[in-house]
Amino acid sequence: MSLVNSLSQGVITTTADQFLNWTRKSSVWWMLFGLACCAIELMQTQGPRADVDRFGAAPRSSPRQSDLMVVAGTLTLKMALRTKVLYNQMPEPRYVIAMGACASCGGLFQLAYSVCDGVDKVIPVDVYVPGCPPRPEALTEGILKLQEKMMTETWLVRRPEIGAQA
Amino acid sequence: MSVAGFEVEVDRGAGLETEEMTLNMGPQHPSTHGVLRFVVKADGEVMRRAVPDVGYLHRSIEKISEKVSYHGFMPYTDRVDYVAAMFCNQGWGMATEKLADIEVPKRGEYCRVIAAELNRISSHLLAVGTMVLDIGAITPFFHAFRERETINDLLEELCGARLTYNYMRIGGVAWDLPPGYEEKVLGFLDRLQPMLDEHYDLVTENALFRARAASVATISAEDAAGYNLVGPNLRASGIRYDVRRDEPYSVYPELEFDVPVGTGMAGEVGDSFDRYWVRLLEITESVKILRQCFRQIPEGPVIVKVPRKLKPPAGDAQVRVESARGDMSWYVVSDGSEFPYRCKVRTGSFSAMSIIEEISPGLMIADLVTVIASLDVVAPEVDR
Amino acid sequence: MDADEIYRRLKDEFGEKVVSIEASAKDPFAVVEGDAIVELCTYLRDGDDIRCNVLTNQSGVDYKSEGYIEVVYHLYSYAYRHYAILKVRTPRDEAVVPTVETVWKAANWLEREIYDLLGVCFTGHSDLRRIMLPEDWVGHPLRKDFVEPTEYHGISTTRESLLR
Repeated sequence: MSLVNSLSQGVITTTADQFLNWTRKSSVWWMLFGLACCAIELMQTQGPRADVDRFGAAPRSSPRQSDLMVVAGTLTLKMALRTKVLYNQMPEPRYVIAMGACASCGGLFQLAYSVCDGVDKVIPVDVYVPGCPPRPEALTEGILKLQEKMMTETWLVRRPEIGAQA
Repeated sequence: MSVAGFEVEVDRGAGLETEEMTLNMGPQHPSTHGVLRFVVKADGEVMRRAVPDVGYLHRSIEKISEKVSYHGFMPYTDRVDYVAAMFCNQGWGMATEKLADIEVPKRGEYCRVIAAELNRISSHLLAVGTMVLDIGAITPFFHAFRERETINDLLEELCGARLTYNYMRIGGVAWDLPPGYEEKVLGFLDRLQPMLDEHYDLVTENALFRARAASVATISAEDAAGYNLVGPNLRASGIRYDVRRDEPYSVYPELEFDVPVGTGMAGEVGDSFDRYWVRLLEITESVKILRQCFRQIPEGPVIVKVPRKLKPPAGDAQVRVESARGDMSWYVVSDGSEFPYRCKVRTGSFSAMSIIEEISPGLMIADLVTVIASLDVVAPEVDR
Repeated sequence: MDADEIYRRLKDEFGEKVVSIEASAKDPFAVVEGDAIVELCTYLRDGDDIRCNVLTNQSGVDYKSEGYIEVVYHLYSYAYRHYAILKVRTPRDEAVVPTVETVWKAANWLEREIYDLLGVCFTGHSDLRRIMLPEDWVGHPLRKDFVEPTEYHGISTTRESLLR
């Protein structure tokens, strides 16, 4: 928070936007959407060593209770239709991280007939994390980049949705 | 009706209409075994039938094998079963070597076995940790993942990757063991035993875990063989069969280890508890194998020179590898060119998924989660 | 028992239905008539000293230039630790093979996969429908003349540019 004036009595002054963004970024609850190999690294990121819980990020099973959807793994065409449904079920403000090469662009499965080359063909993506699979440290950096992006939001102006028509 | 040892009175009278519900345990769910879907027809809490719907992770790996060369297909084999990727590498390597009559040097074979057994420990830890997590206990999951982190570090030192290793090559392995590796691995194995003891006290002796897993979804030996269950699932049902001992390959004839079988320790032979218990015992066996490997490993090259454009003679070959999830069968057809003509993988989880529809009638919905977890199903093996 | 011995017993028992035995291949196999596959498999499963009670693998291979699809059965016996390999050839444009689901239950899903990816119809199968691909998919991908569709439900199947 950049506008911090702390007086001797322990009072902080800020703007409403900054305050809301600070609360939102400090408790990013992500949906368990592990599809393939990156899901194991997602579980390791949640695990004891590269712990994202210290940033306030906790896993939720249901899209209705989560802010962030980490698409971890290859998206097949059969799954892409369901991914759209799940994304629409998430309440706003909602964010998407495309974790790994397969979710970003199809990865090494671009030669496949049944793979959707990148999750951004069906839902808008905020952060792309490269790797196959990305290390837990890389995913943590992705979440931190997302937090930086969240700090730039303005709550009076709605974020334009790209391709969000069902 | 008996539920976990208690008698439950179900009052079906009093003019109540009960209908069968069709529920969807969708491709996205908190169970950690990947994108599997079940259409469950349930009468209240008790299931009539659970029909699996798979294919949400069908990445057409078998078709890709026809487009890339034999060497180039090795990274794709990691993704067939990413939790136990070394075995898939080994299977593909062995199938191509059988087709092309290539012999791997002794040290290369030992390196393969060391990497594979470390991966087996890591895979079983994940299986056991996620089984307990799915049942509801969260702490043992973190203990298992803490040990997995150390194994990931060891394998990263060996081949540079934490999950999809691509360590083995056709004709051997890519790199030799780094200096000081033996001390690190043996030190880790010494530290593993107290963790397994702690796990025993925390989980195996736990009355809640036993109530959830014992006598749930018992699979008889005839069913296990008929549905082609393999690996720990087969051994838990009483059939003492292990590809490493009965159709030995690589350097396994020179290694001594036992093959644990389910004994009905907590309930019946072949129930979910037995499948969990056999995996824990197999971790101890892998530790034994690793110690022997480091004592017996000879000096020498780790890979033999193989032409860059490998063109095996036309024909087909089948190779079976004892992966962490059971006997993985690789069937490769070659037409004499540098691209494989057809590659078929039959994995352990494929057969395990097919038996779920058969054993589901009469189980409760919560037991379905236990069954999937105890059969150690991972989605990429089912769909490839 | 040696695989050659098993094939010889098969030939003695079934005569013309065993079309040929290839003993010099890396994995010796026997090519058999598709119509007789069920009785052959029942014999191999129940015969004394053979007892192949496991179907470890069943795969389909598309030989486009020869004009047939080959279904390969890998059988194994836990009791005697021996294996047998049977191959059935069926013409590409009308690929029909009787199911062996009644002999080994493992064939259920294995045959569904061959139907889905190669288009081989298994007569007598209890539940022959697609397993890996979506229900409304057109075509059988593992065939050599499969053309990949350009889009599926509005999602294009190629990546136009990495910097989308």
